[in-house]
Amino acid sequence: MDAVLGQLYAGISLGSVLLLIALGLVLTFGQMGVINMAHGEFLMAGAYTAFVVQQVLDSAELSLLIALPLSFLVGGLLGVLLEVTLISRLYHRPLDTLLVTWGVSLVLQQLARDIFGAPAVEVRAPAWLQGNVEVFGAPFTTGRLFIVALALASVAALSLVLRFTSLGRRIRAVVQSRGLAETSGIDSRRTDRITFFIGSGLAGMAGVALSLIAATQPYMGQTYIVDAFLVVVAGGVGQVRGAVLAAFGLGVLQAVFAYSQSVSTAKVLLLLVVIAFLQLRPQGLFSVRTRSLM
Amino acid sequence: MTTANRWRGRAGVLGGYAMALALLFGVAPLVLTDFRLRLLAQFLCVAMVAVGIGLAWGSGGMLTLGQGLFFGLGAYIMAIYLQLSDAGPGGRPAFMVTGSGVPWWWELFRSPVAAVLGIVAVPGLLALLLGLGVFRRRVKGAYFAILSQASAAAFALLLISQRSTIGGSNGLSSFRSFFGFALRDPVNRRMLYFIAAGVLVAMVAIVHQLRRSRYGELLTAVRDGEERVRFLGYDPALVKVLAYGVAAVFAAIGGALFVPIVGIISPNNVGVVPSIGFLIGVALGGRATLLGPVLGSLAVSYAGSTLSENFESVWIYLQGLLFILVVAFLPAGVGSLPGVIRRWASARSGPRGPDTAQVPEGPPMVDDPGPAAGAAVVRTGGV
Repeated sequence: MDAVLGQLYAGISLGSVLLLIALGLVLTFGQMGVINMAHGEFLMAGAYTAFVVQQVLDSAELSLLIALPLSFLVGGLLGVLLEVTLISRLYHRPLDTLLVTWGVSLVLQQLARDIFGAPAVEVRAPAWLQGNVEVFGAPFTTGRLFIVALALASVAALSLVLRFTSLGRRIRAVVQSRGLAETSGIDSRRTDRITFFIGSGLAGMAGVALSLIAATQPYMGQTYIVDAFLVVVAGGVGQVRGAVLAAFGLGVLQAVFAYSQSVSTAKVLLLLVVIAFLQLRPQGLFSVRTRSLM
Repeated sequence: MTTANRWRGRAGVLGGYAMALALLFGVAPLVLTDFRLRLLAQFLCVAMVAVGIGLAWGSGGMLTLGQGLFFGLGAYIMAIYLQLSDAGPGGRPAFMVTGSGVPWWWELFRSPVAAVLGIVAVPGLLALLLGLGVFRRRVKGAYFAILSQASAAAFALLLISQRSTIGGSNGLSSFRSFFGFALRDPVNRRMLYFIAAGVLVAMVAIVHQLRRSRYGELLTAVRDGEERVRFLGYDPALVKVLAYGVAAVFAAIGGALFVPIVGIISPNNVGVVPSIGFLIGVALGGRATLLGPVLGSLAVSYAGSTLSENFESVWIYLQGLLFILVVAFLPAGVGSLPGVIRRWASARSGPRGPDTAQVPEGPPMVDDPGPAAGAAVVRTGGV
């Protein structure tokens, strides 16, 4: 029983990581049909932000508190920079955007390698994030619990913004029908920019969370980005609830497969599951025709 | 087209082939040292992958980010055969230290005929299965790109995990002979170069014929308006699967020849990064042209091998910048540079909208969110 719970917890925490990364992707992919391959590098930038802050402040608790909002800002600004300089020029060429942002991610990775070096740097977690808590009799590290909480909080905050604020209304309007939104007086380009800021900022924040449980190194974004894209594909475009279900579904599935098989076999099985799933629902869990983000 | 023009066109094509053959079989072996020739042979193998991508992506609009999967399949099947033939009848390769006998799927490729068949058939059938599964359900555009990328990632992970049976992250290496020819002999290495050159020319000729045929027109039509092709009564899935399959087989053959020429195959050659790396040459040379992918791929391979020896970080920056600049600003390849400059100059003298007529591109995904939109179009059409 403990082993089952342990595996379940591993799946949940993996799902939370995927969710944190995929949330921003879902937002930008849903709104602009743009695949941002550099998303993983925004995550990496967030993790290195946490590292730099910790170098300056030395206190693990304080630096985490500062790093979270700061990394959101760093990721968001990188995202806006990318949107303004490149992506906004490539409207209606989503596949080209994919390749261009891949180029950006290569450059960012190499930059990180030149600045911080190729080996992983250490970001210390605060003491209260290094322990274990018992959940239903099985141990769950508090670091991972923090990520679950952060992922859920991000989903909640994003949902609230999308549903209740005027910005959220604008974003939903552009997602549903760009043309109609524009004729209603919404500046869709500006909305895109804000969406990109939020989506990329979420990636930066995910980087801080990840720096607490995984190695902070230049290629950390790449490790997760393929899985995060699978979440977006399986969850359906522009669907926050789809991303939530898909992230936890894939996370738990992978943990289950990894328990019975090896981790790499689990990845292969996971891919097969996603392809088989797309046979049933080619448009993902929630269809694009649903006229809402939530 | 007038008859005279057609003849001129045909003469041009023949002249082109003659020149390519003269360069590859005459000039290159004469002027290049054995070491350089071997390097060129390696580039030719990579260019084979590029030819396939040119067909699938340039003509067919399918952005395959997972050609490493097929390249790797071909390469590993060849490597397995070479290891077994080095080990002799009934023998087992040296790297397998534990256990007895070799895995059953190694035994499949012990005979040279089975190995050659496997190099073509295994990737071909896999592409058929994957392609039908994906294209039938009208999964396309970015979705297809992501799935293909995930397949390459999964394949590389699978290889890494199989340490005892396929060499893990070390891969397979130290081959001694190639179908009975000792690989240490420089004459045999030259032969490998000639094989690679001949195969590449044959592939270009096949793609040339495919592009000129009715099928080629259909493929381009699917790229530019899949729904319309469907309404005309064709099945776009079949059209796409054929191009995807051809690209897969080309990649596999490239991988298979890569192994004896380079002498090692490892998961590093098949994962996400090398899979996307195949694309940059295609984009640079002009994805929708016949020779662009080959020339672009050769140029990128050359630049890569020259730079990455001494200035690895410079090469990565350059690669990134190439992706950014070429794909964003020269989507028709570097050959379109003069035209782009002319348009830019004329746009400065007289204001006009951005000219995107030359951009070979699938239907914009923003306006085409997949099956749902297709269904909507059907309904509107019925009204």
